[in-house]
Amino acid sequence: MERVEAALPIQSWTASSGALVLFVESHDLAMLDVSVELPAGSARDTPQTSGLASLTQRLLRLGADRMDEDEIARRLADVGANLNTTFDVDRAGYALRTLSSDAEQQQALMVLSRVLQAPSFPEKVLAREKTGVIAGLKEADTKPDIIASRTFARLLFRDHPYALRAMGEPDTVAALTRSDVVGFYRSHYCPDRAVVAIMGDVTRQRAGEIADQLTRDLPAASGPLPPLPPVPPLAASIERDIEHPSAQSHVLTGQPGVARNDPDYFPLLVGNHILGGGGMTSRLYEQVRERRGLSYSVYSTFVPYQQPGPFQIGLQTRRDQAQEAVAVVRKVLADFIANGPTVAELQAAQQNLVGGFALRIDSNQKILNYLAVIGFYRLPLDYLDTFTARIEAVTLEQIRDSFRRRIDPERLATVVVGASGAK
Amino acid sequence: MTSWMLRTLVALALCPLSLLAHGKVEERVLANGMKILVKEDRRAPVVASMVWYRAGSMDEENGTTGVAHVLEHMMFKGTRDMPPGEFSRLIARAGGRDNAFTSKDATVYHQQLHKSQLSLALRLEADRMANLILSAEDFAREIRVVMEERRLRTDDQPKALVYEGFAATSYEAHPYRWPVVGWMNDLENMRVDDARDWYQKWYAPNNATLVVVGDVTPDEVFAEAEKYFGAIPARLLPVRKPQLEPPQRGVRRITIKAPAELPYLMMGWHAPGLRDVDKDWMPYALEMLAAVLDGSDAARLDRELVRGSRLALQAGSSYDGVNRGPGMFIMDGTPAPGKTVEELEQALRQQLRRIVEQGVSDEELSRVKAQVTAYEVFQLDSMFSQARQIGMLENAGLPYDSLELQARKLKQITSVQVQEVARSVLTDDNLTVSVLDPQPLGERKPGPAAPPEHRH
Repeated sequence: MERVEAALPIQSWTASSGALVLFVESHDLAMLDVSVELPAGSARDTPQTSGLASLTQRLLRLGADRMDEDEIARRLADVGANLNTTFDVDRAGYALRTLSSDAEQQQALMVLSRVLQAPSFPEKVLAREKTGVIAGLKEADTKPDIIASRTFARLLFRDHPYALRAMGEPDTVAALTRSDVVGFYRSHYCPDRAVVAIMGDVTRQRAGEIADQLTRDLPAASGPLPPLPPVPPLAASIERDIEHPSAQSHVLTGQPGVARNDPDYFPLLVGNHILGGGGMTSRLYEQVRERRGLSYSVYSTFVPYQQPGPFQIGLQTRRDQAQEAVAVVRKVLADFIANGPTVAELQAAQQNLVGGFALRIDSNQKILNYLAVIGFYRLPLDYLDTFTARIEAVTLEQIRDSFRRRIDPERLATVVVGASGAK
Repeated sequence: MTSWMLRTLVALALCPLSLLAHGKVEERVLANGMKILVKEDRRAPVVASMVWYRAGSMDEENGTTGVAHVLEHMMFKGTRDMPPGEFSRLIARAGGRDNAFTSKDATVYHQQLHKSQLSLALRLEADRMANLILSAEDFAREIRVVMEERRLRTDDQPKALVYEGFAATSYEAHPYRWPVVGWMNDLENMRVDDARDWYQKWYAPNNATLVVVGDVTPDEVFAEAEKYFGAIPARLLPVRKPQLEPPQRGVRRITIKAPAELPYLMMGWHAPGLRDVDKDWMPYALEMLAAVLDGSDAARLDRELVRGSRLALQAGSSYDGVNRGPGMFIMDGTPAPGKTVEELEQALRQQLRRIVEQGVSDEELSRVKAQVTAYEVFQLDSMFSQARQIGMLENAGLPYDSLELQARKLKQITSVQVQEVARSVLTDDNLTVSVLDPQPLGERKPGPAAPPEHRH
């Protein structure tokens, strides 16, 4: 057991099941937040099984032990507990919020424990959920922002599993069987890969019991988790214009970015804050929205995953302004990479990120989210304690250097949906 | 859960431990009429600060709809002492986050910062309350941003178009009928003087409430508020015409065509809003009804229409009763493939009929009560939410410290009351139905419908 005394006292240990546990004890509010996550996100799908990871996660709460989905829902609602999904390319699981009073806590945790460890995957429910997912996918495929993000992901990641859609494709989901789901569950929801985050009104001893209760009956892994393949850089610039009757063009431009554990993480974080991540004070906001009124929303972001996730710049603008907007974005990006930020910009960004640190951990919910991320990506336990110091240590040269090495303005994928003159 | 009540609940402590962290709301009114509301929350060294102007889209006029929201955008531009954008830059440099939102009832400006920076936020808010410049050049650029926002959030969003059409049909006279973002033609024809007029009319301290929640002492906040806002003179506010909606005399139905795959149905009934937190019972009964229908996955609509009969991919219900204007009870849903909006409408009507005839079970009432109890605690996890809840009640003319009372009232609602409110309020004469008729993404041709397959 480790104990870290700092801004946030995070306790961490390995449960006897092999699960990694992170815990912050706080009795300010009579509530408890618990999350359990596995490396069972959509990156564990293949092009043929796209949607399997998501469907498996979704079905867990729709039948467990002798409880059908209705009983699971009732037992949670009867104690006022909330059970929410977490799912992305890397991670899959559930987050539970419950009152910490004995009866409520026990019932809520019992449900979560059974949902995670004794799912029944009823056939009829599977059929219904598949229908719903497929209808949702077809609906999504009519929306310009979804078309843009799907096209962008495929251009960036090609054969890499990060190109796959989280919920799958209509034809791949239609082909999924109960046997597929059971197989996926057994091979991915294994205790030695689980990360349990606990935040709130329980003692360390009770937290230990909870972590054991939630993971000791998970299926044993039959082999090691295959590593994710690396993400290759783009070979050249690519552009896609896609027709859509929308009033706005939706624009995404970018390339593969960084992984969560990347040594350039902090210089890129601070640099991106200046470029387009810092909201109303960023360069992209100033040039695209403030000066030219081209877009309501414009941003840049690195999305760090286990392997490099996207670096992307996004905006939406009236169709006849799309070309102008793309040109402005390219210029802002190229200028930023060539010259880096100014001293004043760096100071302002650092002041915002350092001065605003308390806002990152001012609620149980936010703290739980950090515990889950720190656990899943095996970030150092003092990640939050050293956060502000690492921000302050970033230099102009580090930003210039890291952006030059990581972002190549000559090899960007650009997607415009709702492009005038597109085929 | 879309219930306004469960969103807004903040109770006094349920558990002694909470008393250590949270205080009551303390009030002060400045000489110029500005009300200051402060609640201590010491769980983190941060503060959420909001200025609520009681001026929203319901105070606008035909021809200049959207001006309240436009002014919200303009408030981030220059003042007499500060260039455009400086507000956000200063807050950012202080480690803060800032934004704003406009609703039918109010325009709200908010910051979240380290507690040591509250003075900065107050100083800047006072400055833009009194000294906003509103230049023609800034306006000319920003109105284009607002038009992009309308395109992004409404014009290209079929469900938003359904809601917009619904509101414009359900309300014939009341200004709730037009969208907060405004009609596009009004935005295209708006002038900087419209924004200036709005600012002059409504941005006065006697039309504003400051709400602060966080690691602060009320007396200190009162002193700061006096220091920065105290010298701003009160102004006579324009007369607000009630524009009451005349009683609806029959069901109304509209269809919205937009590019989409799935149809969608929205049904809304005019309903009483919460006016007297103690004496009213119908708003609480409507809240309970919405919760029995859609308060959780165990509630009736999910259980029976989505999972049971598989008639719907999604079905929901909500009641909106904490407003300056009238209340509304809503049911909506997306039919499952192979089902129609007509079948869904009949199923939703059947749900209401059953409740009118048979009431709701003790088990269902208990379940809602359990959720209310849990929310009373969960809501304390966010200072921003608490501030928003206090501001919303105050803006609607309800006591800001009445949430515990409201929770108790809700928990006392009986099945008979739920039956009665459904029977008397949710009638066809009060009802507007808005339906999305999905169109293929290719060009729409008049005449025979295109085949149902969709092209990418």
